[in-house]
Amino acid sequence: MSAQGRTGSGFGRSGFTMGARFLLLAIVCVGLMLLDRREQHLVQVRRALSVAVYPVRVAVDLPFRTWNSLRETLAARQALIEENRRFRRARLETEARLLRLESLESENARLRELLDSSARIGNRALVAEILAVDLDPYYQRFDLNRGLVDGVYVGQALIDADGVIGQVVRVGPLTSEAVLITDPDHAVPVSVDRNGVRTIAVGTGDRGRLRLRNLTNNADIVVGDVLVSSGLGGVFPAGYPVARVVDVIRRPDQPFAEVIAEPVSSLDRDREVLLVWNAPDDAPRAAAAAVEASVAEAN
Amino acid sequence: MAARRSRWGASIASLAATLALASVPLPDGVAALRPDWVAVVLLYWSLMAPRHFSLMTAFWMGIALDTLTGALLGQNALALLVIVYLADKFHLRLRVFPLSQLVLTVLVLLGLYEFILFWIDGMAGRTVPLVERWLPPLTGTLVWIALYMLFDRREREAPARL
Repeated sequence: MSAQGRTGSGFGRSGFTMGARFLLLAIVCVGLMLLDRREQHLVQVRRALSVAVYPVRVAVDLPFRTWNSLRETLAARQALIEENRRFRRARLETEARLLRLESLESENARLRELLDSSARIGNRALVAEILAVDLDPYYQRFDLNRGLVDGVYVGQALIDADGVIGQVVRVGPLTSEAVLITDPDHAVPVSVDRNGVRTIAVGTGDRGRLRLRNLTNNADIVVGDVLVSSGLGGVFPAGYPVARVVDVIRRPDQPFAEVIAEPVSSLDRDREVLLVWNAPDDAPRAAAAAVEASVAEAN
Repeated sequence: MAARRSRWGASIASLAATLALASVPLPDGVAALRPDWVAVVLLYWSLMAPRHFSLMTAFWMGIALDTLTGALLGQNALALLVIVYLADKFHLRLRVFPLSQLVLTVLVLLGLYEFILFWIDGMAGRTVPLVERWLPPLTGTLVWIALYMLFDRREREAPARL
């Protein structure tokens, strides 16, 4: 035993033996984990560290970025012309739809005024790029090239052209970390677009599947139903498409039906995503905060 | 002195490259097979060139890895500390082992590393996949053997330093 003690002490810069230093560092680790579990305590430390590892992130992302820009540079002229034409056509269609939507929106605002409910405000958005950095393989997380300096905040929703992708879980000065809606620890409050049935879409860990919780066997839901974010919970702005129902299994001996849905956005192909700022008049968020406060008081 | 400095250079470079390897995106099918690069490389150094890195190195590498992967701060650090400490404690005994036993030890240590991560995940209440989790120690051991075959011929022939 003493021989092993000496093994360490010869090298130790401090007077401690190897075992003592190990114990000390291990205690530091446990302390850090305990503090980190309660997210708020280590936010500043986390931010500093995220700047420190920024070079690694950039270095890893660089080859992928270079490859992409190289591919764009070398793309044949014909392909570019083709793409350009397609985009122009798509833009025309989108704008025509937008015109109609604008008139609908103003009509909606008028009707809401009549009903005396607060009008939904158009959400501010910012394009962010996903860094080609793999995080924990078991959790569906990714890094974005936007951080505190761009005004990103924790809980901010991420969407793409098709629908909801995920939300921001941690913000550093230059980068931020987001989680996909299919992460096993993630849930989105949704409602069925057709009839407004509310449920929660929980991630499964598989990028093509979400599971809908707490839908009774006689709930009005069928394959093909589109699920949109319901706006409850205050994280995701209401009305964005989230998923489409692909399978409904009703078992008579179970209280709840098993409903599987497929995300509408291309979770594994996107490189650019939109960060949306939720409307400021957030009744749900205030309500959630109130609930949290009351829970804290109760404890 | 110069040789010593170049060796330090090599080890620093290997650590930086390791962090990069640990976060390079892999296609979905292979991602589950990704070895725990940092653990493998630290184990390699602490078994083959002990006293080269202190526990502090393991600690800071772990913290860097936690930050990169978004894990609980200190999770990887603790797991790395444990295996590096064990490797360092027993390296004299391990160095006289035949390769087969050495490989077995590495497999056990990498398994222990994975188990500690798994355990902390469980305590922190994260949803943990059970099966895929145990592939990285296997691939990690293969990588370790490759490192050994590539770099360690010469050192093995030199008498063990006591």
